[in-house]
Amino acid sequence: MFHTKTLAELSQLLTSGEVSSVELTQAFLQRIKQLDTDLNSFITVTEDQALAQAQAADDTIKAGTAGLLTGIPFAHKDIFCTRDIKTSCGSKMLDNFISPYDATVVEKMSQAGMVMLGKTNMDEFAMGSSNETSYYGPVKNPWNTQSVPGGSSGGSAASVAARLTPAATGTDTGGSIRQPASLCGITGLKPTYGRVSRYGMIAFASSLDQAGPMAQSAEDCALLLNAMAGFDRRDSTSIKKDVPDYTADLNKDLNGLKIGLPKEYFDTGLDAGVAEVIDQAIQQYKDMGAEIIEISLPNTHLAVPVYYVVAPAECSSNLSRFDGVRFGYRCEDPRDLEDLYKRSRGEAFGAEVKRRIMVGTYALSAGYYDAYYLKAQQLRRMISDDFTKAFETVDVIMGPSSPGTAFKIGEKTSDPVSMYLSDIYTIAVNLAGLPGISIPAGFSNNMPVGLQIIANSFEESRLLNVAHQYQQTTEWHRQIPDAFI
Amino acid sequence: MSLKADDVKKIAHLARLNINESDIDDYATNLSSILDLVEQMNSIDTSNVTPMAHPQDLAQRLRPDEVLEENQRERFQKIAPATENGLYLVPKVIE
Repeated sequence: MFHTKTLAELSQLLTSGEVSSVELTQAFLQRIKQLDTDLNSFITVTEDQALAQAQAADDTIKAGTAGLLTGIPFAHKDIFCTRDIKTSCGSKMLDNFISPYDATVVEKMSQAGMVMLGKTNMDEFAMGSSNETSYYGPVKNPWNTQSVPGGSSGGSAASVAARLTPAATGTDTGGSIRQPASLCGITGLKPTYGRVSRYGMIAFASSLDQAGPMAQSAEDCALLLNAMAGFDRRDSTSIKKDVPDYTADLNKDLNGLKIGLPKEYFDTGLDAGVAEVIDQAIQQYKDMGAEIIEISLPNTHLAVPVYYVVAPAECSSNLSRFDGVRFGYRCEDPRDLEDLYKRSRGEAFGAEVKRRIMVGTYALSAGYYDAYYLKAQQLRRMISDDFTKAFETVDVIMGPSSPGTAFKIGEKTSDPVSMYLSDIYTIAVNLAGLPGISIPAGFSNNMPVGLQIIANSFEESRLLNVAHQYQQTTEWHRQIPDAFI
Repeated sequence: MSLKADDVKKIAHLARLNINESDIDDYATNLSSILDLVEQMNSIDTSNVTPMAHPQDLAQRLRPDEVLEENQRERFQKIAPATENGLYLVPKVIE
């Protein structure tokens, strides 16, 4: 039963020769075939390429030159460009797009010898919190197939939760790794802005987008981040800073760790069942020797409004490249160039993407720039300063990843604003560029609850250490939905 | 903030988006409610705050102007909707 094992455990089985990468890859491909019809977590399964990569990995292992990740199967969110493989970004616009090049993250994980099983479903252009905006249909939550998996990395979260893959990549612009990780009961890390290259990752909001790992455990995320992180000259906002071994600090004990609890994260909007689970997790940390300090992030309530100026503004600019000329969808029989642009974009973008492009266009249009974009950037500074101040007295900040557990499919689709508010605890972290992780902390009404841990910039090692220590004393991250055991 | 149908049409034109006539009212409602959410920003005085464009506040990196990429025109044009003799085809722009 390989699928119940973590990536770290599978790595040992591969090194000791107990299983080959081809066998492992076949086992997971088989699970995808059997179990994904209903879940819909994959857009593309790349069986032939996966088996070829697995064969190559087995040769490397035999030659004795394998690394820890050599031969491990995983999946990429369909936002990462994969050479000669369809890269749809969840949109009709790119349904016919075969990427001519690899994203840096894709390159790096191939170089580490990992085996890509396929590309996972997602909200269209990563705009959504429920995976319902995908052109390829909604993804179901493996814990209850009437519910959403969260989004936008919903396919990645659901496929890991159902153990169709040991791990997957995700991207997080306003919570798109942490919120689905929370709703599906897995571990998901959003690194510091600039830590992982954005090259070849289809852009949504460039000052917020960041890629990260989604897996069963913090240890697995550490192994994956080792492969993903690093400077890239092809990304103008990539940070030139050494990549530490993210597994090095995993076993440090937490005695004396100062945990800040922002009172704004435990306010009236928080579901009572979720609050109870989070309280228990905090108690567990107390028992492990941590000190709990109440803090305030006074501008928390402004994070969602600020985000819905910054993200749409940047998205309206980024998505102007989809014009029906060089790649992607083109409408039939355009009358003239304007008709070509308007109908190609009108026919190929879904409603949520159109809404955000229009909000962004409006906010950036003549006469409105100062009132919206500039104002939002000023508030962004204030939100960021709140965190800077908090980290003068605490080592990490903790709270819920999401105000509730997974909601029902269709429940929030008619009211975009209520959907936006499901990212209320994750969005500020993107605005400030900080690293954050969501780890499974228990259940409320049989649905998973995620604990969010936030650290100062470039302190991923500390986040992973704090998460790993919790996972050494609890079994929440080991839970698998009944239908997928 | 309440947007009218005409506002939506104007914005959609600026964004080069074709919107079905029957959907215009829905967009007006939804965009208005998003802008209402955004209005909350005005509750705070930010007159002396420096705008933050980028989380790390870094200056743009410079590099020597060297050719690093090779020409891959054919490869890139293989995925284009319409090309001819190495050019991208679009409807006639100049009469």
